[in-house]
Parts: sequence; structure tokens; C-alpha cells
Amino acid sequence: MSRRLTHTLGSLGQEILLVIVILALFAFVGVYNPRFLSENNLTSIFVGNAYIAVAAIGMSLVIISGNIDVSIGALIGVLAVISGLLVTNGYPIWVAWLAPLVIGAAINAVVGCLIAYARVPSIIATLAMLSILSGGLITFTGGQWISGLPAGYQLAQFRLLNVPSPVWFMIGMTILAGFLMRYTTFGRSVYAVGSNPEAARASGISYKATVVKVFAIHGAIGGVAAVLFATQLQVIQSTTPVGLELVIITASVVGGVSILGGVGTVFGSTLAAILFAAIGSSLIFLNVSAYWLRAVQGILILATVLADMARRRRTG
Amino acid sequence: MTSITRILIRHEAILGILFVVVLFAMASQNDRFLTTANLLNQARLMTEVGLIAIPMTFVIVTGGIDLSVGSILGLCAILVGVFWQNLGLPLPAAIGLSLAAGTAAGFANGLIVTRFRVPPLIATLATLALYRGLAEGISQARSVRGYPDWFAVLGRGDFLGIPTQLWLFALVAAIGIFVLRFTTFGRTTYAIGNNEAAAEFSGLPVERTKLLIYTASGFVSALAAIVFVSRVSTTRSDMGSGIELEVITAVVLGGTSIFGGRGMVIGTLIGLCLMQILQNGLSLSGVRGDGTTVVIGAVLIVAVLISNVLSRFSSD
Repeated sequence: MSRRLTHTLGSLGQEILLVIVILALFAFVGVYNPRFLSENNLTSIFVGNAYIAVAAIGMSLVIISGNIDVSIGALIGVLAVISGLLVTNGYPIWVAWLAPLVIGAAINAVVGCLIAYARVPSIIATLAMLSILSGGLITFTGGQWISGLPAGYQLAQFRLLNVPSPVWFMIGMTILAGFLMRYTTFGRSVYAVGSNPEAARASGISYKATVVKVFAIHGAIGGVAAVLFATQLQVIQSTTPVGLELVIITASVVGGVSILGGVGTVFGSTLAAILFAAIGSSLIFLNVSAYWLRAVQGILILATVLADMARRRRTG
Repeated sequence: MTSITRILIRHEAILGILFVVVLFAMASQNDRFLTTANLLNQARLMTEVGLIAIPMTFVIVTGGIDLSVGSILGLCAILVGVFWQNLGLPLPAAIGLSLAAGTAAGFANGLIVTRFRVPPLIATLATLALYRGLAEGISQARSVRGYPDWFAVLGRGDFLGIPTQLWLFALVAAIGIFVLRFTTFGRTTYAIGNNEAAAEFSGLPVERTKLLIYTASGFVSALAAIVFVSRVSTTRSDMGSGIELEVITAVVLGGTSIFGGRGMVIGTLIGLCLMQILQNGLSLSGVRGDGTTVVIGAVLIVAVLISNVLSRFSSD
């Protein structure tokens, strides 16, 4: 019981730390350049990056289950194009919004089966998917952007109570996933599979079914992220955003999801996605070249992972 | 032991048959394919991936993975340009420093993996972001051109009628074959992949071996960067992105188990040739570059599936 308490406190620690770092960053950059805190900039930080936070929720489930997915960026690109093609070819808007969820879940269920049933390591299966999806997308579209999107399709530009819809999606899905992971049998089986697959199997949890479900859910969440990504502008790029998968993995890992599986929450990954978006924006306001962003990202992952390893060694 | 040799023979036999089939299929499709000029040119194009695939074979035999090789290649390519053009050093000195930087990058990977016990997958995923970020930050996405003519000999010239870089590749491959097959170091590499704890308890220098392997991976990636820069006579920060996929595919296709413990450099070489022929044949029959990445991804999954099926057969 006390171990569980320290465990909860430990994982909460990462989230409180993230909140403090985010607030400190906003305060620091805000003092240096007050325009950083303007409503316009804050909105663009949250709205432009909410889809990353949403996708990081699914990634967290995958990593907690002891796997990894490097194809999520390519999947989001493919699903966004599918959504755009559906709506420009005259399908109802709700079909264009829902199809990415279903297709994403189906594609990733196949990946999950490869991992669980055919014993292909997740890094290999998803690395292969990354090249299949991104290569396939460019071959299919020829790199042409999709324009002429009908009015009413831009879900990410809607507002409710004057708050942009991506923010609602980000908060709503984080809470939903947090509930799922904490209070359901499924959530507990994901932790069990990630921390000790043998023990999980012995206690009657199906490793294979859990992994397939995790990947299917991750794919559906990726579909939501793809719709938010596709509907934020008047055009849809038909190439996959370069390095998007790394940003999403960074959010999960920096958010406190242990890369060794079995530990972490989805709240942390959402906070980390916000932090990372704020860092990207603050580089501009601090007059630092945006080309350093990826280096910052690498250092963030590395520092978090090293801290995680050190913490594990200390606690035994 | 006999069963292991049997798997290797089987895998390589299948690979050999596949190789011949693809060769015939390609030759019958296009009469430009089976010409000395085309084959030598293909070998030239294969060298960068091939070079990195040699140390990657060692890395994967230990049960590890190195995802950062493409980023090290990009970073070292950029550094050649920066040292030579921006700092005004003589080109040979710039090349030497760039090789040193690549070696240091690989050494850092090795330290993170051995000293801090971070799983290779996540350690090199973090440095993939970090090294690429450094390349982007240092170069500010500006390319360097105008290398002297003598430098192009390495990447575009011939020596004794054979592309210059093939001699370098042959040397590295020969060293790889010798070390993995005939030295204590090679046997330690297999021992680590089969059972790292057992290797450690039998007094083998596990940490030192792994450290050396990741360092070599960095050095050879830098070497590949020099060849690459010489071949295209320009440096850009996005050079080599995604090359890790091709390298890993070649190694796994060549029969090296992704779970570690078995694999041979010869297999990697066959895997490489098979992949290059496939790509070349596809592009000769009109499939564009992006289409071939789809095929590489599919080939990677099929290679792992076959390898898994074979090992399941042999364990029965």
C-alpha cells in the first residue's frame, strides 16, 4: 500500500514538475518579450499543437504496454489526406471526420497483430510501416496539396465557449484516457503487460489481445489527431510532417511514461506536449533560430530518460 | 549448435534463391539491367548503406539497435562543410575532424547504453533527434557546395576500373567478416546477444565490447558521410535521414536475428545486394523513389516473418 502511495506520488511528481517548468517558461519568456503572452500567440501554441498532445495519449498507451510506434507521424499524414479526399469527393463531412478513426484503428490493429501474433518487434514493424505509409502517400498523391475544402469541414476552427475545439479535444481525451487507464480492467492489463508480460500471462491477462487492442486504440486516437491536423488550415499537405513521430514520442517520454513499460500516465504526456509547443514558440520570441528546436527535443528526451534510469536504480 | 547452423544455411539458401529469382526477373524486364556499367553504378549507390550495415550487423547481433546512424551521417556531412568553408581549414583536416566527431557521437551512444543502461532503442532514438538537431542548428539549413575536384574521386571516380568507394567498402566488409567470425571480440558479440547476463557472469568484457561496437558504428557512419558528400559534392543537413531503415532492412534480410545472438556479415552483404537490385529494377521499370521505400518496408516485415517462422520450425 505504501509502495503504491510512493508510486502515485512519484508519477505525480513528474506532472507537478512539468506544470512548474511550463509556468516558469511562460513567465521567463513573457518578461523578455510580453508579446509571447498575447492571446494570439497562446492560442496558436495550443491550437497548433493540440493534435500532438492527442496523438501522444495513444503513444503513451503503446509505450506503457512495453512497445513503441515510430509510424504514427506517417499514419497521421495518411489519415489526414484520406479525410480530405473523402470530403472533396463529395462524401458527407461526418464521414470525412469519422473515417480516419476507423481506418487508423484498422491499420494499427494489423500492426498490433504483427507484433503480438507474428512476434515482429514493435520497432521493426512500425519502422516498416513508416516507410510503407510515407512512401505510399507520396506515390499516391504526387505531393499535391488538397484544397477546395467545403465550409463546415474545419473542425479545428470551431469554438465552444470561446475556447477552440482542439483544446476541448485535448482536455476531453486526456481525461477519458486517464479514466480508462486508471479505473478499468483494460487499463490495468496494459500496465500489467508492460511491466511484466510473463506475470500478466500467468494471471490470466491475454498479452496478445491487450497489445492488439492498445494499437487499435492508438490508431483511432491517431485518427482524431489526423482530423484536427487536417482541419486546422484551408489546405491539407499531402506529405507526412517530418519528424512528427519523434515529437509525439518525446511528449510521452518527457511526460513520465517509462520507456521500460508499465509506468506513466496520460496527463503527463499532454503537459509535455504543451511544454514542447511552448519551447518551440519561445525560441522565436527569444530570437533563437528555430533550427535548434530538434536539438532541444533530443536533449529533453535524453535528460528525461537518464533521470528515469537514475530514479529506477535508486529505488531498486 | 547444429540447429543454429541449419537455420543459417536455410536462411541463406532462401536468400540465394530469392536473389537469383529477382535477378532473372529484373534482367528479363529490362535489358539495361544486366550490364557491367549498371551493376557497378548500383554498387556505387549501395556503398553508404553498405558501410553502415557492417557495424549495424554487430549492433543487432548484440541484441541492440542503432537508430541514430542517419543523423550521425547528416551531422558529419554538415561538419565537413562547416570546418572547410566556414572555418577555412584544409579539406583533409575537415574530413579528419568530421570523422572524429562521428566517432565521438557513436561513443556517446555507447556510453548512454552501457554506463547508464538506457535501452539502445530509446537511447539512439533520442540521439537521432539530437544529432539531426545539431546538424540543422549548426548549418541553419544552408548547404555547402564547390568542393575541389580531387575530393570527387572518392565518390565519383574509379580505381582500377571499379568505383573508388567500393574498395573502401570491401575493406570495411573484410574487417567486419574477420572480426565477427575469427576473433574473441566476435565471439563475445554473439555471447552478449545470446544471453547478456550469462556473458557478464562468465567474465566477458560486455560493457567494453558494446561501447566499442557503438563507437565503430559512429565512425563508419561518418565514413559513409564523407563518401556521400564526395559523391553528390554538396552537404545538406537532411542527408541520410531514413537511411537507418535501409540499413536495418539489409541486416535483417541478411539473416541477422533482430533478437540478437545470430547473424553474419556475409548475410548482410547478400541482403544489401538483394535490396539494391530490387530498388534498381523497380526504378528501371518506372517505379519512382518513393514507391521503392514502400517495397523496402514490406520486404523488412516479410524478412522478419520468415526468420521467425524458420526459428519456430527449428525449435520444434
